[in-house]
Amino acid sequence: MDGGWLLLAILFSSLGPGIAIFFLPEHRQGLRTALNLGGAGTKLALVGVLLAGVLRGDEYRFSLPLMPGIDLVLAADALSLLFASLSAVLWFVTTVYAIGYLEGSPRRSRFFGFFSLCVSATVGIALSGNLITFLIFYEILTLATWPLVVHRGTPAALRAGRLYLGYTLTSGLVLFTAIVWLTLLAGAEGFTPGGYLEGLAETHAVTLQVLFVLLMVGFGVKAALVPLHSWLPIAMVAPAPVSALLHAVAVVKAGAFGIIRVVNDVYGAELAIELGLTAGLLVIAAVTIIYGSIQALRTDDLKQRLAFSTVSQVSYIILGVALAGPLGVIGGLVHLVHQGITKITLFFCAGNFAETLGIHRISELDGVGRRMPLTMLAFTAGALGMIGLPPLAGFVTKWHLGLGALEAGMPWILGVLVLSSLLNAAYFLPPVIRGWLGERREPWHEPLQGHAGPTRFETHWMLLFPVVFTAALGLLVGLFAGLGLSPLGWVSLIVQRDYSLPGFGL
Amino acid sequence: MIPANAEWLPAGSAGLVALSLGVAVLATAWPRQAHRIGLLGALAVTAWVLGLSALFLHAGPDPNTAATRIALGGWEAPLGLMLQLDGLSMTLLVLTAVVALATSLYSLGYVHDRIERRQFWPLWLWLWAGLNMLFLSGDAFNLYITLEVVSLAAVALVAFTGTAAAVSGAVRYLLVNILGSLSFLMGVVLLFGEHGVLDLVLLEARTEAGPTERMAAVLMTAGLMLKAALFPLHVWLAPAHGSAPAPVSAVLSGLVVTGSFYLILRLWMGVFAPLTTPAFGILVGLLGVGALIWGSLQALRAGRLKSIVAYSTVAQFGYLLVAFPLMLVDPGAWRVVVFFAVVHALAKASVFLAAGTLQHAAGHDRLAELGAVLRARPRTVFALGLAGVSLMGLPFSGGFIAKYLLLEAGLGTVLAGSLIGVLWVLAIAGGGLLAAAYVLRMVASAFHRGRRDVGEAVSPWMDWVPLGLATVAALAGLAGTLTLNTLALTPGAP
Repeated sequence: MDGGWLLLAILFSSLGPGIAIFFLPEHRQGLRTALNLGGAGTKLALVGVLLAGVLRGDEYRFSLPLMPGIDLVLAADALSLLFASLSAVLWFVTTVYAIGYLEGSPRRSRFFGFFSLCVSATVGIALSGNLITFLIFYEILTLATWPLVVHRGTPAALRAGRLYLGYTLTSGLVLFTAIVWLTLLAGAEGFTPGGYLEGLAETHAVTLQVLFVLLMVGFGVKAALVPLHSWLPIAMVAPAPVSALLHAVAVVKAGAFGIIRVVNDVYGAELAIELGLTAGLLVIAAVTIIYGSIQALRTDDLKQRLAFSTVSQVSYIILGVALAGPLGVIGGLVHLVHQGITKITLFFCAGNFAETLGIHRISELDGVGRRMPLTMLAFTAGALGMIGLPPLAGFVTKWHLGLGALEAGMPWILGVLVLSSLLNAAYFLPPVIRGWLGERREPWHEPLQGHAGPTRFETHWMLLFPVVFTAALGLLVGLFAGLGLSPLGWVSLIVQRDYSLPGFGL
Repeated sequence: MIPANAEWLPAGSAGLVALSLGVAVLATAWPRQAHRIGLLGALAVTAWVLGLSALFLHAGPDPNTAATRIALGGWEAPLGLMLQLDGLSMTLLVLTAVVALATSLYSLGYVHDRIERRQFWPLWLWLWAGLNMLFLSGDAFNLYITLEVVSLAAVALVAFTGTAAAVSGAVRYLLVNILGSLSFLMGVVLLFGEHGVLDLVLLEARTEAGPTERMAAVLMTAGLMLKAALFPLHVWLAPAHGSAPAPVSAVLSGLVVTGSFYLILRLWMGVFAPLTTPAFGILVGLLGVGALIWGSLQALRAGRLKSIVAYSTVAQFGYLLVAFPLMLVDPGAWRVVVFFAVVHALAKASVFLAAGTLQHAAGHDRLAELGAVLRARPRTVFALGLAGVSLMGLPFSGGFIAKYLLLEAGLGTVLAGSLIGVLWVLAIAGGGLLAAAYVLRMVASAFHRGRRDVGEAVSPWMDWVPLGLATVAALAGLAGTLTLNTLALTPGAP
């Protein structure tokens, strides 16, 4: 139980305030904000302590018996910290944004209560030490997100909520069954770099293949793998901070993280290749990348375009993992962070356009760069990052994925990467071009000024600062990718420390 | 050597019976003060049960030391009445104490009319005493008597508000109970005629798979299935549980039904164990699948909040039947079944209490018109949702752990080569999805946009107790290991 208290403290730093917020009367705005920011700040600090500890090589572990032979295990390895730090940083930013976004709207206690619950579940997923713990937090995440998706209470929101629950609960049951089955076969092992199933490979090869498919169905719904992705573009009716959280940190990433865990820490890359599992995953990831991009091109709704872009971009992570070579894994893992930072910027921007000027469609973006230059600048940075323009974040990802594909001897992946970059450019450049070069004829419609009054900046400062911050972060992680504590540096450390992948050399 | 603690167990068990009976008698004799007596009695009985369970666990881990048989008045079996305390009884006693304490506190707010109070509390205390005695009884006749005490008190409680719906529900409930009890009694008489003893342990030693035992098994099981509302003998449940006052519904769906199920389990693990065949197990399992589907569909169609909850009981008891064939493959699975019944009782009681609060606030429980009240009472909706999560079998709740263990047992039979096991696995996994659908039906309108209306004021007890009990149900997952270990302290059981 070394340092287990730290892991628990990280979990409770958002869970505690979340529960307190539920019981807060609606009008206690100051206290609610204090709880929100206090929780987010505490979590950030604690994750920082943990990060330093893991870098030193300390072990952190907490376990609690649940059933005979089965424990709830929290553990911190380099991979879980990658996800935990991402969610801690982005949660802080999103909290600030959400406070500004929801100012004056009803039912905020309920919103922030579930918001905190959602983030607690995400951190729980990051720190899970075995599959059962993972499943527990994964399902809590499903449930905690539903009230956020339906928050607006409109028929469209409720429909999206039903669809979301239908998809995620069904896949959750598939996952549940698969995990119980796997635990019956292999015991409740903790995540082990390189996997813990080699012993079963000879006797239970077919069972392991079937289980892998079931696990991928279970995680694939949240990771929005085609054809299980339909809920995601519809769920974008949720308020902008929720969409941002859903797409960048919580739900979609939880699915992707689950796939990473299964391939790397349950099956192990070698066994996965041997059973022919990565090849199938690779094809699905490639199809999803292309399909998501094409769908994104076809829609005029800004948030929906971003949602389809998520479908496509998250599959880069899966692609990298499925390449199952060190460079590919680096590319995939680093995209977990890069996609998160970039996509949250884009969703914040979309939210700012909608809140400040009532813009929801790309065709309405003409000339918005003159009215909201900072937001548009952030949007541009995010869009170019997604396209993969050097030296932005997306480029670092695609570079490593490309190298990984060559290393794995699969040059056709390069074709997929080039095609998807072209498609990315095709659907991200039009809004950018319209924003900067288009011309607005009639005066702007300003719903925000109607209820919040004029502001010093181009929009409410709590909406603007997070956008500028994440956009800058997106630039920095690309520019300083070579430094040790950059996401790329950290991911290389993970790969070096935890994976004895064949033929590793950087 | 027997540890010193174990010596206190007989006195503790007998004392529990005496205490709970004493409270009931006192409240009957002094109805004006019944609610005060009831509250103090509830606290005292709960404390006693918790103390007893601590003693019991301390006396383990040898099942034969911890479990106790007590001859009342020094008369040994076969002549005297036997009390029997083992892991199974202990678990259910603790469950009863927790749910009953919550219900008592809730009733402080719910039953405030002076006349109603005088009627409610004595009946309720008799019901609780009856349950405590039922779980402690060690012979077939005593079981019949305690079952009758429970049933009659329950019938009176269903009827006590005196409305037309309540009375007609109560009359139906009474008929069902009389039929069930008679059937049970005939079985007891058959067994007594054949073997000349009533004590369960002695009976178990003497029974074999003969025609008399078969007949007795059919009669007793059918009677108990009727009382436990096990599919397809469930038709009476929804009107009775749905029309009863909220605390009564909670106790009926949470405890009384579980009590009948306890008896079925007790009998089939002991006296009737030689009669089980795989084909019989599969038949019971199929009935369970039927219950799951039928109950859930009815819950999805029902127009009233409490009817949904009542049908959900029919569906959830389907799991217990589905588990029956699993027990034939892995006899140890009975502990999972009991754990499931325990977490179901906790969750179901909190759902009923929460539904009662909403019904009281709105003045009705028609789902379509409940939206405004649901929106204005997030605390109660949260309780409903939290307990609902346990019914769905999702983490982090007791229901999840129970579902995990059931699924594990189900997959175990599949891996052992049973083809029909696939059906059990599908039923166990898919049932959760159906439960999610009807729980969502209950809470969804809280998230609609629209008018908010707090409705009639409710007492703080009615506001907070459902949430408290739902939290217990949600955290029951943490007690999984403890419960399973307690259940292991049942001598004679696999």
